[in-house]
Amino acid sequence: MQMHRKMKLPAAKKYVAERLKISVTDLSDEQVMREIREDLDIGIITSVPGSAKGMEAKARIAALLDLEISTVKRFRSKTFF
Amino acid sequence: MANILTRMGDGERVQMSVSEVRDALLAGTHDAAQKGKIPELGSDELEQLLEIFLDKNRIVGVAPGEEVVLTHDIGTLRLMGDQANSGVGIPLSRLQGILVHERAFAADTMELGHIDYSFKPVKPIISMEMQEYETAAMMTIVPLFYGAMPNLGTYYRPDGPFGNPSDLLPQGKVREAREAQLEAAGHATRDMVYVSSKLHEVACEGINFDTTAAAGDADFYATLNAVAEIKKTMPEMAIEVGMAGEFILGMHGELFFNGQRLAGMYPHQQVKVVEEAGADIFGPVINTNTSRSMPWNVARAVTFVKHTVAVSSIPIHVNVGMGVGGVPVFETPPIDSTTRASKALVQIAKVDGL
Repeated sequence: MQMHRKMKLPAAKKYVAERLKISVTDLSDEQVMREIREDLDIGIITSVPGSAKGMEAKARIAALLDLEISTVKRFRSKTFF
Repeated sequence: MANILTRMGDGERVQMSVSEVRDALLAGTHDAAQKGKIPELGSDELEQLLEIFLDKNRIVGVAPGEEVVLTHDIGTLRLMGDQANSGVGIPLSRLQGILVHERAFAADTMELGHIDYSFKPVKPIISMEMQEYETAAMMTIVPLFYGAMPNLGTYYRPDGPFGNPSDLLPQGKVREAREAQLEAAGHATRDMVYVSSKLHEVACEGINFDTTAAAGDADFYATLNAVAEIKKTMPEMAIEVGMAGEFILGMHGELFFNGQRLAGMYPHQQVKVVEEAGADIFGPVINTNTSRSMPWNVARAVTFVKHTVAVSSIPIHVNVGMGVGGVPVFETPPIDSTTRASKALVQIAKVDGL
């Protein structure tokens, strides 16, 4: 949000928290975010076979945050969706 | 009352009384206010700083919800590089280094950077960088920058084709030094735009102009012109501009951006021209004085950065590393100093990132 919309941190945190339907404090809570990340399949730190990784997770985050990430956009243009 | 265990700006342990720390905090904020012509910290903020230094714990931190995001410079050189780049000499590829940052260090963002970390040497091998970026972008989730230094010094003799101002100025050849800097700046701008445009072809998410203005106002001038050009033609590519020092050296002295003289600018003035050029994130630097204590250095850094945040409309990611942002000039900065400087900059200066 800072990179693409020049948002200051409080506004960026509020935006992401609202999109994830959690509180701002939850954003940096490892326990809450692990569950959110698993539920939404947007990438987790530890390696779990079958979970979204790399571009897979990034594409899901872009959709979730209504954000156009240039590498995701390029990936879509190079594939059939 | 017991003495406070703190450090000097070179990292050496010292004990200071509470009144000595109070005096140092006051002197630090006064020095920043005087040099930058900006407001000093208020009494409440100085008390908050004192509490940070009174904390007897080795590591200090912020409250839940106050955490900030981190951007980086030097890419993966901190893993595979030598001491000159704060590297630890682990033989890893850049892709491996990026993945280690994302998955083992839980980095918020990461960047790819050339082993020389300057724009000029990237130009002839740009295809390699494009290829590496493409691969890294497929495998990572975190926002991925490409980082490099404008490094105008590489355009001067003996490294480059233009006269060296450091040789010309002592000879009294002011006009020749200025001409050389303008010519070099023009080439540097073109190189930065060229490298960025090639990376844009592989959908690069952001460019990090690191150590900007290391060679003075002409270095800053070249970078601002590059940022403006990139934002005009490639607006979706994010740009972070991180500085080399707190003060723009007037190696030329008569260079302007949008009517504002660049020489002599402090961070709160630098951020305004960086904003006007179109950058998305600004990284101010406040130099550490090794002869002064950490309370003096941290108070000084917080004073400068707080005002920079206040006047800025873009996010501020302050440089908090070895020798900057209130951190000692020491190869392995002590954790008590880095956490105190970071806490102060987050809670009092209200930065958007480190």
